[in-house]
Parts: sequence; C-alpha cells; structure tokens
Amino acid sequence: MPTAIEIFKHLPKKNCGECKNPTCLAFAMQLANNKAKLEDCPYVSDAGKAALSASSAPPIRLVKIGSNSRAFEVGDETELYRHEKKFFHPTRYCVEVDDSMSDADIESTIISYNKMKFERVGQIMSLDMIGVRYVSNDPARFAKAVSVASGSTEMPLLVFCHDPAAMKDAVKPIAARRPLVHGADSNNFAEMSAVAKELALPLVVYEDKGLNELADLVAKVKASGVEDIVLDFDPANLKDLLERSTLVRRLSVKRTFRGLGYPILVQAQGDDALQYGLIATMKYGSIVSFDKLKPEHALPLFVLRQNIFTDPQVPIQVKPDLYPVNNPDEKAPIMFTTNFSLTYFTVLADAEKSKIPVWLQVVDTEGLSVLTAYAAGKLTADGVNKALEKSGAKTKSKTGTIIVPGMVARMAAKLQETTGLKAIVGPKESSGLPKFLKGL
Amino acid sequence: MVEVPLPKDKWSGKVNAVNLGAEPSTGGTRSAIVTVGGENAMPFLGYEGLAPNRVRIAGEVTDMPGEVPEQVRALFGEATSDVAEWAKVWVENFKADLICLRLASTNPEESNVSPQDAALTVLKVLKAVSVPIIVYGCGQEEKDAKTMEAVSNAAPKERLLLGQAEEGVYKSIAAAGMANNHAIVAFSNLDINLAKQITILLTDFGVRKESIVMDPLMAPLGMGLEYSYSVNERIRLAALAGDGMLQLPMLCDCTGAWKCREATDDVADWGDRNERGKWWEATTALAAILSGADILIMRHPGAAAEAKRAIEGLRGGA
Ligand code: B12
Ligand code: SF4
Repeated sequence: MPTAIEIFKHLPKKNCGECKNPTCLAFAMQLANNKAKLEDCPYVSDAGKAALSASSAPPIRLVKIGSNSRAFEVGDETELYRHEKKFFHPTRYCVEVDDSMSDADIESTIISYNKMKFERVGQIMSLDMIGVRYVSNDPARFAKAVSVASGSTEMPLLVFCHDPAAMKDAVKPIAARRPLVHGADSNNFAEMSAVAKELALPLVVYEDKGLNELADLVAKVKASGVEDIVLDFDPANLKDLLERSTLVRRLSVKRTFRGLGYPILVQAQGDDALQYGLIATMKYGSIVSFDKLKPEHALPLFVLRQNIFTDPQVPIQVKPDLYPVNNPDEKAPIMFTTNFSLTYFTVLADAEKSKIPVWLQVVDTEGLSVLTAYAAGKLTADGVNKALEKSGAKTKSKTGTIIVPGMVARMAAKLQETTGLKAIVGPKESSGLPKFLKGL
Repeated sequence: MVEVPLPKDKWSGKVNAVNLGAEPSTGGTRSAIVTVGGENAMPFLGYEGLAPNRVRIAGEVTDMPGEVPEQVRALFGEATSDVAEWAKVWVENFKADLICLRLASTNPEESNVSPQDAALTVLKVLKAVSVPIIVYGCGQEEKDAKTMEAVSNAAPKERLLLGQAEEGVYKSIAAAGMANNHAIVAFSNLDINLAKQITILLTDFGVRKESIVMDPLMAPLGMGLEYSYSVNERIRLAALAGDGMLQLPMLCDCTGAWKCREATDDVADWGDRNERGKWWEATTALAAILSGADILIMRHPGAAAEAKRAIEGLRGGA
C-alpha cells in the first residue's frame, strides 16, 4: 500500500471537500488507511487512477476461478507467518481425470468426488476443483472429455493441455465457467496466452527450470495482456517445493517484487502426493492438484487446511448446545464446558471414553478455553444457567446435579445458587473423567 | 532474463546443540551419540542457513500397552507385551533414531510400580537397543520425582533425556538430571512466554542449557494444531533473533493424534481407518517439523516412516 504522501501526489489538490474530507491530504490519509475509496473523489485524472491502482494492487494477485456458487478466489496474501495476521485464502484442492478414460468413467469418477464431503466443527469440507488432462493426443476426444467433466460437476475445472489449438477447442464451449487453463510454457506461451486472453480465462504459467526463468516467462505472458496468472514451478522434490514457495511469498510480501506476485499451483502426483499436498497447504500453495484422492487421505488434509487457515485472533468454535454423550437419558448427569473447539473436543473424547451416559452442555464463551474464559469473565454462573434453560437441559436430565470443570471449582457455590442444581466438582483435566464418572 | 532477488533473512541467533546418549568412551553403552538442534535458520530453508542435525524420530513404547490403540499395537505383534522387545522392533525394523519409554505403570492410582522396578525397566530397554532413550513417568508429579531419581541413578552414565520439568514442578527432575548429567525436557503449555519462563527457572536452578530440550506442547491435528504451529514458529523466530532462553532444540510429541476420533473410529465415509490414523499422526508430525521440531515422538511406525520421508525430502533427498 502506498503512503499518504505518495497518494497525495496523484490527487487534484483542489481541496473542494466533495470526498467528505476537508482537504486532499486528509483524503490521502484516509485512503492510505483503507478507510476511503479512490472513487470518492470525482476529480482524479485517469493517469492518477492508473498510477494509484498499480501501486495499491495486492502483493499477490487475487485470481478468481470458476463462475457459479463453487467459484473461489486465491492469492492476495500478505503474511509470511499466520500469527502476523492470518492467511486469507485457503488452499484449494483439485482431483483429476484424463481423456483416455471413457465418458462413463469420467462421469462416475467425478460424481464420487462431488460426494466426498466431511462435516467438522460445523464446517463442510470438500474438494474444490476437477482437473482434466490431455493424454489422448486427439483434440476432438479431449474436447469431449472436458465437456463431459464440465457436465458432471459444479466445481470449476482445471484443464491441462499444452497444445494451444486443442486447448482452445476444449475450453471455448465452457469459457463462461471460467476454467483455469494449464498452461503456458516456454514453447507455447504466445499462442496459449492468446487463447487465455481471447476467452478471458486465468492461465497457469509453467516453468520448472528456476525462478528467474519463471519470472521471465510471466513477464512475457503479462506483456501479451493476460493478468490472471497462476504459477507452476514444478518442484523436483519437497525441498524445492518449500524453498521456492517461500521465496515467491517473501519476494511478494516483503520485497514488493511484483514479477512473481501470483498464486502458486502444485501438482501432487504419485507416491508422495499427500506429502506435497500437506506441505503446500502449510507453505503458501494456493491450488494443489492430486492425480487421485481417497477419503482416508482427504480427511487429514482438509482438517490441516481448516487448522492452518483459521484466524489466529478468532478461535474455531462449536455451537453452544446440549450434546448427548453415550446415549444419555433422564438418569444421566449434566456437565458443562466451553465452546472453544479444542476444549469441547478434548472433553467430548474423554467423556466418550468413559462409556457413561452424560449430557454435555456447551456454554458460549466466544471460543475461549475454560480458564481463559473464566479469567476474561466469559464463563459465569449466570451464563451457564442461561445456557441450561435455553437447551432444556434441566428437563432432559432429572438427576438435579451438574458437574463443574475442576479448573473452575470456585464457581461451584454460585452455580448451585443460580441453577438450583447440586454442583459437583469434577477433575481438573478431562482425562480424569472416565474414572470420575465411574465413581459417581 | 529477469534477475529474481534472493530474499534471505539474516539471523544472529542459533539453536543450541544438545547431545543425547553416551558412548562407551564416556562410560555409556550407546552405539552413537545423537545430536539435536544447532540450526541457524527457519526449518529446511537450506539457502538461508544450516541445519547440521537431521530431525530425529523417537519410537514410543510404554509399559501399559493398553493405552495404545489396538490398531497400532497390532503392527508390533507380540512385542508390545515387553517394552524391550517393542523397542527392538522400533530400532531394527523401523529404524527409529531414539526410543521414548513411558513408565505409565508407575501411576499410584493404577498398578503403582515402584521407582526401583521402573528403573529396572529402563535398564532392560537400554540393554535391548543401542540408541539413546527418552524416559517419561506417569504424569503424577510426586511419583515422577521419585521415579526419575531412581532412573537417573540406575543409568548414571547413559545421558538419558528425562521428562518432564514444568513450572511449579521442576526442581526434583532438574536435580535428578543434574546429578548424573542427563538431559531434561522443559515442558510448557502452548505459550511462548511460558516456554521462556521454564528455561529461565531451570537455568537459574543450575541446569546447563546444553542439557535442555523444550517441549512447547504439540497439539495434534484437529485439536489445536494451529496454536502449536504458530507458537512453535514464534519460538523459533525469537530464538533466531537472539533470545537465548528460547534457543533450545524442540521436541514435539505427536502421539496425541491418537486421542482424535478421526484417527481411530470406523466411519463409512471416512475411508480406511488404518491409513487415516497413520496420516493423522503423520500430518501432525509434518506440521511439527515445518514449525521447528528437532525431535518427534511417534507412535505408529507407518506415520514415523512418512515423517522420515518428509524430513529426507525436505533436506533435498529424493
Ligand atoms: C491459549 C491461552 C490463551 C489464548 C486463548 C485460547 C482460547 N481459545 O481459549 C489467548 C492467548 C487468547 C488467551 C488470552 C487470555 N488468557 Co489465557 N491461556 C491460554 C493457555 C496457554 C492455554 C489454554 C488452553 O487452550 N488450554 C487447553 C484447553 C483444552 O483447556 P481447558 O479449556 O481448560 O480444558 C481442560 C480442562 O479445563 C478440562 N475441562 C474442560 N471442560 C471440562 C468440563 C468438565 C465437566 C470437566 C470435569 C473438565 C473439563 O479438560 C480440558 C482438558 O484437560 C492457558 C495456560 C494453560 N497452560 O492452561 C492460559 C490461561 C488460561 N489464560 C489466562 C489469562 C489470565 C488470560 C487473559 C485474561 C490474559 C492473559 N494472561 O493472556 C486473556 C483473556 C482472553 C480475553 N479474551 O480477554 C490464565 C487464567 C488465570 C486463571 N487461573 O484464571 C491462564 C491459566 C494463564 C496463566 N497462568 O496466567 N489465553
Ligand atoms: S474530492 Fe478530490 S479534489 Fe476534492 S478535496 Fe477530496 S480529494 Fe481533493
């Protein structure tokens, strides 16, 4: 982002106030802090607009892929480490088919990928993209395969073909769906860029020799008028993947070197595919394309993405509610905990381990753990009571008791008073729950 | 040709190197010392600095095998009924660099095995394998103090890594370590300031930094991994920037992954349970090594193999 002074240079300096700021300088300061939009000033010259939009462009270009409700954006990251702020655009996962498969196979494979979904911490996790590879060497066959794939899924497509004519035939009919074109390389870039430009599609620039060569090719593609670029540097091994991804991210966000300021695509194939995918998820990969992906591999991958891309300032939370554990009935006691997902899942797992039926009341603490919430005044006897009344816990359990987390034993007396239930102090660590519940 | 600049970070700090295990020349019985730490750059950025010592993998064995899910125990066959045999399988079949022995049976609320008998178990494992050994008690502070004292005295020349010192309960274990020049684990609860605090307490008490490995708590995949990932990164960044109290090799215990139901439960849509469990722990390990781990404690040999493959790949091997 340019500074207020740099912005000021491009303003008309009329101090007319139409932007609702007393002076152009005040407006420039608002702009620099992202508190105003350039359009608020009706008098900026076209040259000024161009200069300002170039220097305020994000260090990594935001690229939109797809067109319907499954469309997504990648890029526009600003940090090297997630604790500095957050990572904004989660890694997107693609799985592939190729045009040597029969139409029926393509369709059934894609349909099974459409269905691969998991729900966790209240979020639905699924695949994002279907890749189609050109291996038949028959442009007509490829076009048909792409069309079948397009008809089999709502997900955006990633089309792999380095023959510009075959690519054009295949993507032209589905251009409205804004597939990602893979791609331009050092041999075909002129023609492939022309295809991408004509159909207004995002384009992968592929170059495995090194970052200098890649930047060179990107510059040429950009000069031909394509702006929505995705990088594929085809790492030779995991070291190469980590180092090049880190260099690209650092150059873009720390050095304002714009030549490689684009999202990264990683092709994760064969035996090490999951390793590549996991590392790319943590280290700056925007799109990972797998040759195939089974649910037992997708689940850990998706959960890693969910973890890495949570906002460090806003913890993942579970829904405050009454959760039955081990099929409780009226004779089962109530216990409560917070809605911080880490706390909830730890307590849930330990309660399940006990095999003893209980009602678990999750109290809204804005995603804080037991002690943190207590210290912050977000876990109070009143709050617990309100949660119990809202969920009807007191009618579902008739034991007249409530188990208090051992860490907040000090709440017991107040809680007893407020809820009218007998408060029993449980263990400090939920790992003590099986023993504690059995002895109840 | 576009010249792409090479944006290197220049660090003034360096992680301490810590030696584990002792060879016969110093009275020990290990076939080789294992050195951990020593790096002066963020993990695996070879163009930026050196990581002279590979991340090491410790295979977990426990004298209460019931605490290990049956799907993992099955991979060791009969061996899990005897920690010495179990440790052997780890080293011989699965090429573990270290063994992590948990003396869970010492728990006073369960089988309450005596410190002396627990120390004999350590000796048995030392005899069965020739790699250095990490030893944990049962987690009950008063009992662990006694157990670790007995263990320290039973193997005075072996330079074990003893777990674990925590704020509030560190003096007895620090004393047990110092008595016989063992190394100790400094544990803290997911917080950079607490990690620093425990090192300060230990060094003030007289423990040499060359004898401390830190454990900032590796929360497993899906159970707070993101906190650990960022806490580890911040610890390592601070260490490289020169904070001496954080310049310690980092130990990440990945076995917590097995507490997650996704690692163990049979659910139709979740695919093969064994493969999924393996990757649950392996993914935790990958997050650990990318954020700064120098030692991984692993439970599943397949997960350990994946972690090892990643470490080799990240160091430039095929
Ligand atoms: C990470 C952390 C934070 C994170 C928040 C993470 C989160 N989403 O909650 C951040 C950095 C934001 C934070 C902030 C604060 N924190 Co804080 N934080 C911690 C830390 C390091 C870990 C907490 C954690 O995640 N624990 C893991 C979860 C799973 O634990 P848990 O929820 O307690 O659940 C366990 C048990 O309680 C039990 N359990 C849970 N439910 C139930 C139910 C039943 C029935 C039973 C039987 C058992 C049980 O089982 C669980 C597993 O063992 C602790 C220190 C520590 N080592 O505990 C301090 C700590 C909790 N924080 C503390 C404080 C004071 C704060 C702040 C007020 C200021 C500060 N010092 O930073 C703020 C308040 C936040 C706010 N919004 O204003 C103090 C609390 C002091 C006290 N004794 O009351 C602690 C103890 C640190 C300290 N020693 O000073 N904190
Ligand atoms: S509207 Fe434009 S010209 Fe008028 S004060 Fe604001 S910035 Fe200056």
